Amino acid sequence: MMRKHKKKIYTALISIFMLIVTLIALFPLISLLVSSFRPASDLFRYGITFNIDFRDLVLENYKYIFTEATLYWKWYGNSLIVSALTIVLSLFFSSMVGYALAVYDFKGRNLLFVIVVFIIMVPFEILMLPLYQLMTSLRLIDTYTGIILPSIISASAVFFFRQYAMGLPMELMDAARIDGSTEYGIFFRIMLPLMAPSLAAMAILQGMFSWNNFVWPLLVIRSSSMFTLPVGLQTLLTPYENNYDVLISGSIMTIVPIVILFIVFQRYFVAGLTTGGVKG
Amino acid sequence: MGSRKNRNFFNSQKVAPYVFVSPFILSFLVLTLYPTIKAFIMSFQNILPGQVTFIGWNNYIRAVKSPTFYIALKNSTIYMVLTVVILVAIPIILAVILDSNLTKFKTFFRSSLFIPSLTSVVVAGIIFRMIFAESDTAVANQVIGWFGLEPMNWRNTGWSAMFLMVLLATWRWLGVNILYFLAGLQNIPNELYESAEIDGANVFQKFTNITLPFLKPIIIFVTTISIIGGFRVFEESFVFWETSSPGNIALTLVTFLYQQGIHQNDMGYGAAVGVIVLLIVFVVSFINLLLSGAFKRSDT
Repeated sequence: MMRKHKKKIYTALISIFMLIVTLIALFPLISLLVSSFRPASDLFRYGITFNIDFRDLVLENYKYIFTEATLYWKWYGNSLIVSALTIVLSLFFSSMVGYALAVYDFKGRNLLFVIVVFIIMVPFEILMLPLYQLMTSLRLIDTYTGIILPSIISASAVFFFRQYAMGLPMELMDAARIDGSTEYGIFFRIMLPLMAPSLAAMAILQGMFSWNNFVWPLLVIRSSSMFTLPVGLQTLLTPYENNYDVLISGSIMTIVPIVILFIVFQRYFVAGLTTGGVKG
Repeated sequence: MGSRKNRNFFNSQKVAPYVFVSPFILSFLVLTLYPTIKAFIMSFQNILPGQVTFIGWNNYIRAVKSPTFYIALKNSTIYMVLTVVILVAIPIILAVILDSNLTKFKTFFRSSLFIPSLTSVVVAGIIFRMIFAESDTAVANQVIGWFGLEPMNWRNTGWSAMFLMVLLATWRWLGVNILYFLAGLQNIPNELYESAEIDGANVFQKFTNITLPFLKPIIIFVTTISIIGGFRVFEESFVFWETSSPGNIALTLVTFLYQQGIHQNDMGYGAAVGVIVLLIVFVVSFINLLLSGAFKRSDT
């Protein structure tokens, strides 16, 4: 009986401790959300503060962004297009590689592994300037193609798909071959649908990375109408207060879609991160 | 159209894998291998529009003789050490708590701690700039006020500039690292803990004798990615100060690369700094893997 009692106390203490940690971790986001209902001029002058009079909260920032801030919505559209294209292309490229590595025995397989490890090891920063030069000479500066190209190969996605494809039922391949299906038909019609959960996991992760991607778009985009959300929001941080309404409500609306995706598809996030990284 | 023979060739199990991997190989050649080689070549060049000259080791000599380069190296190194220590120690403890049978609402806590990782570094920077604003009534200054401290100018003070960058990184990566450690904890057989309990081991003995040894591969993995990420730090500095911080208090190696390569348009010099970053990353990760015994066969 004593033991059970002791256990309950431990559980209570742990819960309180974890609750405090969680509150600290979520505080920045909660405070941003609350502050987005404060007048922009206040925010500019006082920053995020505990001294909030809840009767003063207003909808002005949101009203403004939905009616006047056309440029912000252009950025939103750009981010959606860039993220969607990155997801489709990187999934297409890397799922084929992961699949081939898992089901076929071919010469050069080990070389391919070396290449995948090489891609993981080389920091993007060293590629930055030569890639920038390359995009300039291909006249891809300030284009969607220029933003997307470097992110279409993802080594960690290749690892992830290989891991998943190794668990596919190989008997299906032989059966399909007897039925006269081509190797490509087997992949696209039979195996790829079976890989759907892994595609979902990678789609969510790649989507998140490209939605939040900052350094490369910062380099290749010139005109403000081509900005993606992170690049655009960063330019609003001027020493003048005129942009703070869009800055604050715009920040909230940048996070919202990802948080919703996360809440709905949580287990894919977890699977995508841990299988690719730890067991890879 | 295509003859039957041709069809069979492309459809054979020998050829199909190469067709599957060819787009990936092509993009690797153009987007990774070519730029890597180009970076090494550029680092030996003086690049002006329409006029490129080979200047030998001059870019490297310029870097190692520049006091600014050493400020950047120092800042990146301090940042790397702090993030490695913090982002290994805190997530392990939180993961162990989250894995314990005594903890309730595990999914809720795990998800809540992960949510900051979804935030773009730019938005995180916007929030942190407003929490650590100069105003006396901003949250950070209010909090230190409770302890009787004077409000401070967080973004313009040497130590607090580093503090802001490390705090931002900790906030954004904590949840991801917790997931890694939680995945590792699943591999520890419960019987080990049970038999240790019978032998009278306390919580700390169980942690140091069972948990830590089992987590070792993951600790090595997280340490390695944190070392690499630490030396590559750029965004955490950029969102607070763009490329120029007062007295270079937040200048990192990659900020320096960006300043020289993009702003000054001195691509050759920037490329040389990039190659130096690459070498540092390789050497330090290698030493880390060597010291932690990751190359020993028995460990795998």
